[in-house]
Amino acid sequence: MNRAAVAVAAALLAAVPLALSSYHVGLVTKMLIFAIFAMSLNLVLGYAGLPSLGHAAYFGVAAYAVALVTLRVSDNFWIGFGAGLAAAALTSALFGLLALRAQGSYLLMITLALAQVLWGIAFGWRSLTGGDDGLPGIMRPGPGLPWSLGTGTAFYYFVLVVFALATGALSIVVRSPFGRALVGIRESARRMEVLGYDVWLHTYVAFVLAGTLAGVAGALFVYYNGFVSPAYVSIVFSAMALIMVILGGAGTLFGPALGSAAIVFLENGISAYTERWLLVLGLIYVAVTLFAPTGLVGVLRRVRRWA
Amino acid sequence: MTALTVEALTHSFGGLQALNAVTLSAGVGERLVVLGPNGAGKTTLFNVVTGLIRADAGRIRLFERDVTTLAPHRRARLGLGRTFQITTLFPRLTVLDSVLLAVQGADGARFAFHRPLRAYPRLFEAAERLLDEWGLLDRAHVMTRQLSYGEQRQLELVLALAARPRVLLLDEPTAGLSPGETANVTAMIGRFPRDVTILLIEHDMDVALALAERVVVLFQGRVLAAGTRDDIRRDVRVAEIYLGVDEA
Repeated sequence: MNRAAVAVAAALLAAVPLALSSYHVGLVTKMLIFAIFAMSLNLVLGYAGLPSLGHAAYFGVAAYAVALVTLRVSDNFWIGFGAGLAAAALTSALFGLLALRAQGSYLLMITLALAQVLWGIAFGWRSLTGGDDGLPGIMRPGPGLPWSLGTGTAFYYFVLVVFALATGALSIVVRSPFGRALVGIRESARRMEVLGYDVWLHTYVAFVLAGTLAGVAGALFVYYNGFVSPAYVSIVFSAMALIMVILGGAGTLFGPALGSAAIVFLENGISAYTERWLLVLGLIYVAVTLFAPTGLVGVLRRVRRWA
Repeated sequence: MTALTVEALTHSFGGLQALNAVTLSAGVGERLVVLGPNGAGKTTLFNVVTGLIRADAGRIRLFERDVTTLAPHRRARLGLGRTFQITTLFPRLTVLDSVLLAVQGADGARFAFHRPLRAYPRLFEAAERLLDEWGLLDRAHVMTRQLSYGEQRQLELVLALAARPRVLLLDEPTAGLSPGETANVTAMIGRFPRDVTILLIEHDMDVALALAERVVVLFQGRVLAAGTRDDIRRDVRVAEIYLGVDEA
């Protein structure tokens, strides 16, 4: 995407609370949070070519850490948010050690299994996690920040700033020597090894970076909902992130954000009519892989070439 | 000082003894051809030397340093480069981006993630100089998979050179090329820096003998013969297994 398009998108996003109802501001807030989540997965899936079906582990573990610290230790924003990031970073550092010994569909299965372990803990350890009921009653952050995020508009702008920072950081990382090396590893890991790259270490660092950024999204989502439940670490969330990346365009900077916007929008619309949202999500996945394997970004690029 | 020493290197795949106590060495700047029929263990030798496959037994030394148990990327950083028999490139990257990756691999910047690649003009200069030197500059922005097969083989060699190797293993660089393209690639290898030690697997005898000073013949995982070009030409056993009996 060129600079003009980025500027237009930024202006439109900044104007959202002025033009839309508070309900729709909430919807766009959710799109931005899931955009961060999907973009974090894209770093490993799209750039390094490592499929993960357990990315909700880091999203969810950060969400639980934020909720527990806020409810039981301190309601200071920085302590809660910091605990969330630390939990996501540590979990991805541990899971990366275990999972990155495998490749391809084996990696997919191991990441899924590890995330399911966390889901089992979230579901089963009632005294800590509230089990199936989850942990309700987390307020939007106020203490520790110079202004209150109590209103939907204030929280929206806060999420927008975090989204902008995350996008800016990712845009540098993917164009850096490190990011280019990830693409090289996706294209030919063996060649990269004989060119002097520590392939394992590159993918491990990418894995932990992606897990930590997923934690940012998970922490924001707790504040957004005021609530955390085992759904946050579930395979449904992992699969949703995967489909957002693929629908938007894996290995492109803005594709996952587009994918997130499309999926959140569709989920919101379709859930009004049917309970079978997951079925629809699956059909979308099949349709995209069959007819638009390069995702929405690929379709847009093709349209622009014709125009 | 020898550039590369291989001592009693052994590797088997299940019951198949692919390398059986192979010993050879190459001096600094020497060009050595590894000959042998299919299945003789030539590519396995390269894979074990570069560390993509672990040796069952034996020693590998690079400039007197024992690298037998080092990971492939660590050997690469000590100056060991290679090309692959089956073209192993980055199909969806442009020629320039591919060479940049190769240049960057031998540079301290390979792990930097806080600045875009654009912030490292030295990498671009090095990559463009290489493409210019080896006649691929006008193809810099072409996707690798859109190159002709001959150009892909050339790019394979440029990538190996870009990592500034001191020892270079070339696995059949002219495989599948037309006579004209073969002449190009042969000339290209002939122009490689003289201080780079080259081990070359080659089936084309004209290419092999044009480039090599010394020849090692592998047969069924063993070194059958080693010597100068003329020694090998006169060796009856080599003629029988490799050159065809009628030449003996």
